[in-house]
Amino acid sequence: MLQEESDLSLVIAQIVQKLKGSNLYAQLERQAWASLQRPEIKLESLKEDIKEFFKISGWEKKLQNAVYSELSVFPLPSHPAAPPEHLKEPLVYMRKAQGSWEKRILKSLNSMCTELSIPLARKRPVGEQKELLNKWNEMGTDEPDLSLFRPVYAPKDFLEVLINLRNPNYENGDSLSFRTHLGLIQVPLKVKDIPELKEFFVELGLTTGQLGIDDSTQVPPELFENEHVRIGQKVLAEQDSAAAQQYIRQGSPTALRAELWALILNISSQPEDILYYEQLKTNVIQHDLLVDSLIYKDVKLTASNDDYYFVFEDYLYQVLLCFSRDTSVLGHFAYNSASPPKSYIRGKLGLEEYAVFYPPNGVIPFHGFSMYVAPLCFLYHEPSKLYQIFREMYVRFFFRLHSISSHPSGIVSLCLLFETLLQTYLPQLFYHLREIGAQPLRISFKWMVRAFSGYLATDQLLLLWDRILGYNSLEILADCPKSIVP
Amino acid sequence: MGGRFFFVSSCLGRFYFAIMAGKVKWVTDIEKSVLINNFEKRGWVQVTENEDWNFYWMSVQTIRNVFSVETGYRLSDDQIVNHFPNHYELTRKDLMVKNIKRYRKELEKEGSPLAEKDENGKYLYLDFVPVTYMLPADYNLFVEEFRKSPSSTWIMKPCGKAQGKGIFLINKLSQIKKWSRDSKTSSFVTQSTKEAYVISLYINNPLLIGGRKFDLRLYVLVSTYRPLRCYMYKLGFCRFCTVKYTPSTSELDNMFVHLTNVAIQKHGEDYNHIHGGKWTVNNLRLYLESTRGKEVTGKLFDEIHWIIVQSLKAVAPVMNNDKHCFECYGYDIIIDDKLKPWLIEVNASPSLTSSTANDRILKYNLINDTLNIAVPNGEIPDCKWNKSPPKEVLGNYEILYDEELAQGDGADRELRSRQGQSLGPRGGRSRDSGRTVLTTWK
Repeated sequence: MLQEESDLSLVIAQIVQKLKGSNLYAQLERQAWASLQRPEIKLESLKEDIKEFFKISGWEKKLQNAVYSELSVFPLPSHPAAPPEHLKEPLVYMRKAQGSWEKRILKSLNSMCTELSIPLARKRPVGEQKELLNKWNEMGTDEPDLSLFRPVYAPKDFLEVLINLRNPNYENGDSLSFRTHLGLIQVPLKVKDIPELKEFFVELGLTTGQLGIDDSTQVPPELFENEHVRIGQKVLAEQDSAAAQQYIRQGSPTALRAELWALILNISSQPEDILYYEQLKTNVIQHDLLVDSLIYKDVKLTASNDDYYFVFEDYLYQVLLCFSRDTSVLGHFAYNSASPPKSYIRGKLGLEEYAVFYPPNGVIPFHGFSMYVAPLCFLYHEPSKLYQIFREMYVRFFFRLHSISSHPSGIVSLCLLFETLLQTYLPQLFYHLREIGAQPLRISFKWMVRAFSGYLATDQLLLLWDRILGYNSLEILADCPKSIVP
Repeated sequence: MGGRFFFVSSCLGRFYFAIMAGKVKWVTDIEKSVLINNFEKRGWVQVTENEDWNFYWMSVQTIRNVFSVETGYRLSDDQIVNHFPNHYELTRKDLMVKNIKRYRKELEKEGSPLAEKDENGKYLYLDFVPVTYMLPADYNLFVEEFRKSPSSTWIMKPCGKAQGKGIFLINKLSQIKKWSRDSKTSSFVTQSTKEAYVISLYINNPLLIGGRKFDLRLYVLVSTYRPLRCYMYKLGFCRFCTVKYTPSTSELDNMFVHLTNVAIQKHGEDYNHIHGGKWTVNNLRLYLESTRGKEVTGKLFDEIHWIIVQSLKAVAPVMNNDKHCFECYGYDIIIDDKLKPWLIEVNASPSLTSSTANDRILKYNLINDTLNIAVPNGEIPDCKWNKSPPKEVLGNYEILYDEELAQGDGADRELRSRQGQSLGPRGGRSRDSGRTVLTTWK
């Protein structure tokens, strides 16, 4: 009991600490001061009156949403004495594997850099800056020579690393039995089994209405759809993040989705946010980064050729180029097993004072990265809002899809979950695929890494991502391929 | 022509006749695989136009010859063609506008609520074609209109051409004054079909997606004009320009910015052969619902159906409703940034060329579904049939408007519309001459 209480107070303290530095805090303070003018605020009962005022005016709700947001993202503290690496990743062998994978990526990037004699970063001459500013809305028409660039890695390279992951403390001396895991992933992580999944995803049960199924033309809308839409509108009117998250487990009506996602991710386009985005844009104009070419190449190879997303090509550059320069993204490395790559000013290798994170946001894009942004273009057409939503989706969910960790939503667990489910419930299919040399994971891996973007029709994909937001977990991605592979 | 051959009474001949008698004999002057594959998969037999044929997929030139007064051609009961004799009443740009203007005036004379106008004199429900004039005939009228808003842009289109050929934009009178002065014809009265142009107010505020202009291509099948029975193909598509849109006058000459025809865009630098610059109508719907809301999107699609039906009603009285004919039209529609749809033109011979793999599948299915409706059961047709196919054969078509159904007695109509067809909004309009059966769809 005592432990729980002290855990809770630790969490509260940390959240309060975080929120104190936020814009919301400043706004609340201002509102509190302004409220003193109001007749209902009396000196004797100042605290209660202000609290009451916050409740009525909706500010309490905003604060609630902010706290809820922190809780969703915040990993629970395991032990007060745990070092920060444990927050990133508790298992040593996983940390080591992630570390060596990162070294490889960085080596690949550096060698490309040397081969092509292109600096990692350079300041653009004024003429080039002007030109880029003019072309900001149509960067897709630029045709730089990208033939010499290659993506730093592709999902299949990453899969090879995961296949070779081993826990040195685990001795599997048992001879082959029906319990033996036949899949590619050979690490003993705990994943949910079907009864646990059923409980976790209870709203996806057959007896509960779902959008995407129960709103098809054959089903009269009075049965489910109309009521569901009405509730959605109510949730939005209340501006309650937690309620929205619960609601969206049954899928979101298309017209409400953009607002619901923004509510769940606690994104509201404040002037500061727009200003921040403009600042990032200025950074893009002034400096050219090597990763820009990688982003360019990725968009040209993937989204530009996609039936659904080619229309939004220019938005992708506007989001991703700014994303690489956004140092606020570095914050997520506190709970990401990955660490941002470091680069050293020329000639000062190894000297910490001359180290910078490269790219500034610490995220090196891989082949297909731009597909994380593409589906969002169907929902948001204002660049700064699109940007905020993507950034939040990345630091909450997408980062787990390409870093090695033991987290239940991490890609390793998802792979293991997928293989386990398939082996347990469709063993003949699993065995057959193995026999013909097509390990199921090799097929479904790229789907999961991309969160199915580009592999599912957009309306289906958005329904899937509704559930990711609703359950605050990526486990649904492992469940999905099970129905597709057969 | 039109003669019948009788086989000699030899056993073999009779046997052969017996086998072939059941198979539909087809001819086409349009050598496209999407057509031919569909004929062959039905086991139909290819013949030449001089032989006995049952089904002829004609080009528009051929239909002109077949039905011209001179030839005195007569089709027999078991022969079907894919065009109406005077389809040009709908598919020529100038005649379409003429017919729609005439239709509106008639409704106004009758005092029909459909012809209601707003305080500026604009039709409330029938203003779906941009202001258009015929040149050189209406030249003076045009000049008057032009001078009212001198900063506007106008688009010049040759009446008889397709695929964006000969189209250009103008924003100064001098740009066409020159044209009309240059014309070697002796007076404004002579109108040879080759030189007739229409000039329309250019929609310079199109709805943009990803900063690009696009238009909609929708397929509509008409099996009869009186009573009007037409079907809308569910799988239409949007055609995007490869270049970002700009209303800037310096780019008026850049056809890659303004004209969405694939025939033009595919020569652009950025043309992509994988997606072909095309989006499905479903994508458009998803995007609009997500960014603009369900009601306005539903209203937009309802309006699109409405204008298609109105355009068909406008030409129905002058159409030669020959029972041997059906026609599959390609409707081109542009949506402006106020989400108002505009009818740009109707094509009698929509392109059957496939620019991408998806395209090929779509057009193949389009022809397949069209044939299933026009030639029931794939058997030798009898053009006396009632042209009312059962619901199961519609495929990707949906009933857009069925005049017989709509004019059925009130209660009947209610009943029929409740059976499985999703009705559309609670439309605030009175549509008294028959209801559109199909409106909002998923």
